This record gives sequence, C-alpha cells and structure tokens, in this order.
Amino acid sequence: MTAPTAAEAAPPPAARAAAARSPWVSFLLRRLAGLVAVLVTLVVGTFLIVQLIPGDPARTIAGSNATPERIEQLRTQLGLDQPLWTQFTDYAGGVLRGDLGTSFANGQPVTQIIGDRLPFTAELALIAIVLVLLVSVPFGMAVAVACRGGRRRPLDTGFSAVTALAGAIPEYVLGTVLVLAFAITFKVFPAAGAASLGALVLPVLAISVGPICTMARIVRRETAAVLEQDYLRTARGRRLRAVRLYARHALPNLMTSTLTLGGLILSGLLGGTVVVEIVFAWPGLGTAVVNAITSRDYPVIQGVVLVLGLLATLLNLLVDIVLGLLDPRTLNGKAGSA
Amino acid sequence: MTRPTPRRLWTPTLIAGLAGMAALIVLAVVAPWIWGDRADQLTQQVHRSASGDHWFGTDALGRDVFARTMVATRLTLVTSLGATAVAAAGGIALGAAIWVSGPRVRELGQRLIDVLISYPSVIFALVVVAVLGPGPGTSVAAIGLASCPAFARLTTNLAASIAGRDFVSTARLLGVSPLRLLRRHILPNIAEPLLVLVSVAFTVSLKALSGLSFLGLGAQPPSYDWGRLLSTGLEGLYTNPAPALGPAAAIVLAGLAGGLVGDGLAAAANPAAPRPRGRRAKIESVLTSRAPAPEALVEVGGLSVRRADGTRLVEDVSFQIRPGEIVGLVGESGSGKSLTAMALARLLPEGLEPEAATLRVDDLDLTGAADRARTATEIGIVYQDPSASFNPTLRLGGQLTEALRVHQGVRRGEANRRAIQRLKAARVSLPERRMRQHPHELSGGMRQRAMIASALLTGPRLIIADEPTTALDVTVQAEVLRSLQAANSGEGTAILLISHDVAVISSMCDRVLVMYAGRLVEELPVADLRAGNARHPYTRALLAATPTLHGPVDEPLPAIHGRPPQPAERPSGCAFAPRCPLAREQCREERPVLLKTGPGGAAACHALAWSAETAGSTQ
Repeated sequence: MTAPTAAEAAPPPAARAAAARSPWVSFLLRRLAGLVAVLVTLVVGTFLIVQLIPGDPARTIAGSNATPERIEQLRTQLGLDQPLWTQFTDYAGGVLRGDLGTSFANGQPVTQIIGDRLPFTAELALIAIVLVLLVSVPFGMAVAVACRGGRRRPLDTGFSAVTALAGAIPEYVLGTVLVLAFAITFKVFPAAGAASLGALVLPVLAISVGPICTMARIVRRETAAVLEQDYLRTARGRRLRAVRLYARHALPNLMTSTLTLGGLILSGLLGGTVVVEIVFAWPGLGTAVVNAITSRDYPVIQGVVLVLGLLATLLNLLVDIVLGLLDPRTLNGKAGSA
Repeated sequence: MTRPTPRRLWTPTLIAGLAGMAALIVLAVVAPWIWGDRADQLTQQVHRSASGDHWFGTDALGRDVFARTMVATRLTLVTSLGATAVAAAGGIALGAAIWVSGPRVRELGQRLIDVLISYPSVIFALVVVAVLGPGPGTSVAAIGLASCPAFARLTTNLAASIAGRDFVSTARLLGVSPLRLLRRHILPNIAEPLLVLVSVAFTVSLKALSGLSFLGLGAQPPSYDWGRLLSTGLEGLYTNPAPALGPAAAIVLAGLAGGLVGDGLAAAANPAAPRPRGRRAKIESVLTSRAPAPEALVEVGGLSVRRADGTRLVEDVSFQIRPGEIVGLVGESGSGKSLTAMALARLLPEGLEPEAATLRVDDLDLTGAADRARTATEIGIVYQDPSASFNPTLRLGGQLTEALRVHQGVRRGEANRRAIQRLKAARVSLPERRMRQHPHELSGGMRQRAMIASALLTGPRLIIADEPTTALDVTVQAEVLRSLQAANSGEGTAILLISHDVAVISSMCDRVLVMYAGRLVEELPVADLRAGNARHPYTRALLAATPTLHGPVDEPLPAIHGRPPQPAERPSGCAFAPRCPLAREQCREERPVLLKTGPGGAAACHALAWSAETAGSTQ
C-alpha cells in the first residue's frame, strides 16, 4: 500500500547518519515523536467532539425537553461559556493530569469507568490478535506450500471461496449465529457476560474469524511470492528439511510483508471488539461508548475514544517493532504513522 | 520465459459478483412495491417462527420479517452507496488537494492520512455519530468519512507513482497546470485501482452501516435497514431465531457480492503470472549411446529440461568435468546454460522437468533420490545475484554455516570459526563483524565473495558458479573471479563457470562449452578459443562480437544478426541455420551432431564435413 514517496525514498543526510549509528535509536526517536503527534491529534480530536456538535452543544446534550436552567447548568459544567482557548487548555490539562471529567449519567469519574472496563476489552482484543496470528499464518502458509506451482487447484479454489465467504460475515452477524448455535441450541458456552473463561470463547471467535480469513489470504499470497525468491533457492540448495526451510527461511520474510499489509487488520480488531461487545453484553469499553452515545454522555465518549485511539496507536507501534526485529531494513526505510 | 497472460476481465468471480449486485439493485427498486404493504401490516400473529407463510417468521407486532428484509434492501443499498460516494469523493478530493498543494503540505498531509488510516474506522464512525447524533444521514456521513483516508492515500500514492513517469514530466515541461495535469493525465491512469477500492469500500460501508444500525445508532424507527432488523431479531433470538437469521443472511450475501466484484476487478487489474504445472522433479533416465567416462568427476549424459507443455528448453546435453578442472559454459541469455547448471544442481524452478541418462558428481548419482547431505555438501553453488540470493532477514553467519551445521553436525562455535577463516581467505574485511550483520549491510562484491566462502565451507568437489559476476560492478568482478580461482588452485575444486562473457571464460577456464538454443554446439580447449580456432560458425561469430585490446578501434564490432529462436519454435535442423552465413539446405533439414574436431574439441556443424569434402576433392 505504501508506495514510497520521493521524500521517503531519499532521507535527509542527517537521518542517514543517525541510522548508521544504530537503526533502533533513530527509529525509536522518530516513533516517539510520532507518538506525541498522535497524542496531540487525539486530544484535539476528542476536544472537538463536543465543539463540533451542530447548533448549541449544551441544548443538544441536554435533550429536546430540557429546561433552560438545565441547559445553562450544563453549559457551565462543560465550560462551554468559556472562551474556546480556555476550554481547550482546561481539557488538555485535565487529560495530562489524568482527569477526564465525570460521567453525566452517574457522576462517576471517567477514568474510573475506563479503568473498570479497559481490562475486559484488552482481554478480548489481545486474545483475538494472538488467535488470528496463530491460525492465519500456518493456515495460509500450508495452503501456499501445498498449491505452489499450480498444484492442487481444487484446494486453492476451495481456500479462496471459503475465506471469501467467511471473511464477508460481519462480526456482529457471526456473533449472533454463534450465540444461536453454541449458547442456545447446544448450550456449550454462555451467551453473554464475562463471568467465566468459557464466556470468552464466542466473542473471541466472533471477532477473529473475519480477520483470520483476510490474513490467511494475505499470508497465502505472500508465501507464494517468497517461495519464488532467489534466497529460497539458496536455502533449497542447502537441502534442508521442509520444516526448517519454511519455518526459518520463508516465515520471517513472509511475516514482514504480511504485517506491513495486515498490520491495520490487527488494530482494526479493536473496532470489531467494540461492536461484538454489544452482542455479548461484554462489560468493556465498546458497550460503554455505545451506551454513552445513546445517552449523550460526552465525557465518557471523549475518554473512551481517547483510550481506544491510544490502544490502536500502541498496536501499530508494536507491529512496527516486530517488523524491525524481523527485518532491520524496515527500521530506516519507512517512516510510517506513529 | 514466462509471457504475461492477456488480461481476462470477465472471470467467473467478477461475473458472479456483478450478477449478485444486479440482483440487489433490482430488489432495491422493486421490493417496496411488491412487499411494501405486507412489510408494515400489523397482524395478531406475533413472534411466529419461520413457516411457509412467513419465511423469516414475524416480529413483535406480527409483521412479516421476510417482506421487511426485502423492503429494507433499498435503504441499506442507498445508504451504502451514499457512504461509498462520500468516501470516494471526499477521499479523492483530499488526496488530490494534498498532492497539488506543494511538497511541504504534501508531506504533512500524508502523515496525517497515515495516522487517520491506522485508527479503526468503526471507532472513527462512532465519533462522527457522537457529534452529529444517531440517524441514517449521520451514519452515511460517518462511514463515508471513516473510509475517506483510504481513498486519499491511494490517490496520493498513485499520483506519486504516475507523476514520476515520463509523459507527466513532459507535460509539466510543456507548462501544463497542475490541475489540468491531474484531470487530463493522472486521474485517467489511476481510475482502475480506484475502481477496485470503490467496490471494496462499498462492501465495507454495507457492513459498517448495518453495524451502526445494529448498535441502534443508524436507521431510527420507523425506518429500518438490515442492521436494524438484525438487532430487533436478536432480542427474540432465544425463542425465535428466524427474524435475526434472515437479515443476517442478507447482509452476508450482499457483502459477498461486493467482495467478489472487488476480487474480480483486482484480479483483472493485476493479472497473475501464468502458473506452470509441475510434478516433483524426479529426473527421468533416458537411454543414450554415449560411452561412460569413469575418470571424470562430473558426468552429464543426455540431459534435457522440459517445460510442462513438453517444450524442451535444454536438449540432449552431455559433457564431463575432470577433477580440478574449470569448465566454462557460454552462450546468449536463453541458450539454456543456467538451466543446464541448475538441473545438475537439482535446483530447477517449479514446473521444469529434467531427464538424463547420466547425472553424477563423483559417485553421487543425481538421477534418483540423491542423498540430501551429500548433495548439499559436495556441490557448492554460487548464485548469480548476491543481493537476492541471501535471505534478507537472517544474519550472515547463520546462513553461511547452515549446511555445515545441518549436514555435517559441526557445532555453531566451530562452524563460525571455520566460516571466519573462509571469509578471511576470500578477503572479506572484518569477517567477525560480517558474521553478525545482515546481508544488506555488505557491498555486492563482498556478498558474492561471502557466497563463495559459504560454498567452499563444506569442502565440495564441484562448484557451480552461475554468472557470478553479472550483477556486480565491473570494478569488483576481478576480485570475485580471483576468489574462485584461488579455491580451484588451492583445494583442487572443480568449477563449472556459467557466463555470457567470453572474456571472463577465456581468462578463467581450461575448457569451454558453447550452448545455442538449448543445445551444446561446440566444446573446445580454452587455448583454441583464445587463438580464435573455433570451428562452429556460432562460436566464431560470438568471438568476433567480443571486443579485444588488439582489434581495430575505429570499426564497429560485428554483431550477429537476428535472434535465437524461441524454445517452442526451434527448427528440426540446426537452430543456428537462420543466422548462419554458411547455411545450406541440409542445415535446415537435418540436425548436426557433435563430432570430434581435434584433441579436446567437438562441434555440431554440417559445414565441417563440407570443408573436409572440399579439402579432399582438391587433393
């Protein structure tokens, strides 16, 4: 996706000199600067959520049948009567101090709501990410190896058809079907809540199946490309056993291209988690933000969006660090998003 | 060798996808007329499960869910198309604006797009809904805006790649304004990938919009789309699953149709290389009349390499290499010299099948299931392009010593010690440090010398060097060749050196094999080559086309006119006949065989016999 632009292809001399010292130093410095930039963007963005509400934000938030006193009270509470700049510095200062305001709905501090719910969302998302990688990579590789050079056409066609079909199922639909099959009909796993370990199974499956299919397709294509490479012929020339050949000589290379293309799928899992939480009444950030939107609880919306944004950014950074470990060339070449 | 397949637009994938989309559009148009009344009709039959009357059952107000699902097609489709339009128009405009607004803004804008794109679009859409309040119009805007960055990035990336091309620079030199450049020259060229993205964005929008409605943030009652119907159905899932499953199926099928269109368009835009079909390369033995040569170290007898369609790329090649000998294999590209060498190394690419009567190195028979460890350690291979032949993700040390450790059971420390010694011998600087480095940290010449060191590490009897200097700068070629020569003189390793460079061959080799169009046409001692005593017209033409220090500098080098025949179009007679100044009728009809021309020499040419006849008749 990222065709290098002229600016990326030719880094300034200073950057090149820094890269010569240790690619990791300049990489981490660059990413740290990027992280700060994203944080600023997120703070400004979440601040704007309230500001951009069309018409009079206080009136909209209060609802159509609120009394003028209630509207004025809200206006003061939100600081909407202050000049824009003061509002922003108050908000940004609060974020830096770890104060995200209090919920309109129940008066709880937003940080406490997030603290209560974040572990549930993180649990779902992380298990799903691990599952996606553990399943899609061997699956895609196995199909690519089995079908190399045009062998086993039926398997190839079947793989494409199944992954296209299963990949077309949205998380919330799959969640519904899974609940019906395994919670209602067979009563194997609970349909809702996060009370037991078994309760994780269905939501994790609902989140993972689509990304597994998409990733497996990418892995299959990238493996086929890696198998054609000269360095794999060199490895074949050493007459290695199949496991060593594919695991040691093909895997790191196909992972770099797969992660470059599929890294966004992993951070996108966070979005899937938010939606799936509703299906399973999962007490995470997703249900919190959806309920907050329906009840116009803006401090909670702002806080959750900020935290989810940070999580997505950290995931992307993690992917890039793994990329750097796999292939150091990715450290100095590409200056991606933070 | 592989020609790109002609573009096939109408693949089954695309046809199936377009048919599905067409069905959806028809349904969206006609469904409200056909099922509209039934969809809103309140009945006493509430919460019915699926039956012949109500395929998807009924809802809490007794309305037929099948009719409602059909009617909802229109709203679902219209909002999805609307979101796609917002995404495409907004994204392309944003991307184009970033592109035309100067380098500094462009850089900043691309960073911003990167940040936006890495943010999960569902969450981005939720933010837009939070700002504008729930509703169908909002969700169209939300999903559309969430997909904008993808279009913006594709637009700038494509614009960047197109702008580097010649015709754009020409237009710019002619003073065409940036806007006109974009409209007239760039947009038409990037329409196809954008079209693929549009179809992908439609699928994404459909799923995401249904998702928002499912969360209760999209279509608001009394209007309904598939997502809304699904979430309503979900409430009664325990007792009556049909009202949820019906709309769920609709969402999946519509998403699938959109996905198929995207896949089909993408496949048409990037036609995959034709896939050769092949079986496990097991060398088939053929009978040959050639006498075995037990004193030779390497013996190749009757070697052919076939493509899956039966075309022979290498035909009936036989030669020997004596212990300690350097044999050169020379010919134009496509003459089959690399395939011959790779067939001997049993490293032919997928889809090519070798067959041979004899194929052995020392007492290692390579025609059957050859011993893994012996093949790996007794044949060292130096590949053409050192920048592509090392694994970029692995440190050099592990790659150099792998065969040693895997097949000879040498422990890592000892293997490293030996490898460092070899690197030193190959005059690689800082060998200890190189072992810990990745291949891209070495220069090309150094990589190739490391490759030679690696090939020598297991103490092979034969080294196959496939154009070892072709990919290198002229200045470092000599050093690489010296490394090879040192291996030969130092340890008596025999070398098969493949090259199209007659000068390299004549300076390195003891004996030369000349290939043309997949056949061996001449074999001669290097002294004859240097003295210009080649017998085959092709070898002579090849020598004449090679610049020398003694030749006249003010005359153009004679070129060989025409080009070698394609493998499938090789004539039954001599393949060189169409380009040969001596060719007669016999050459076109009858294939010449290799005949001895003198000590260590042989050539496949009818003209040799004619000159003998003329010589005989004059006496």
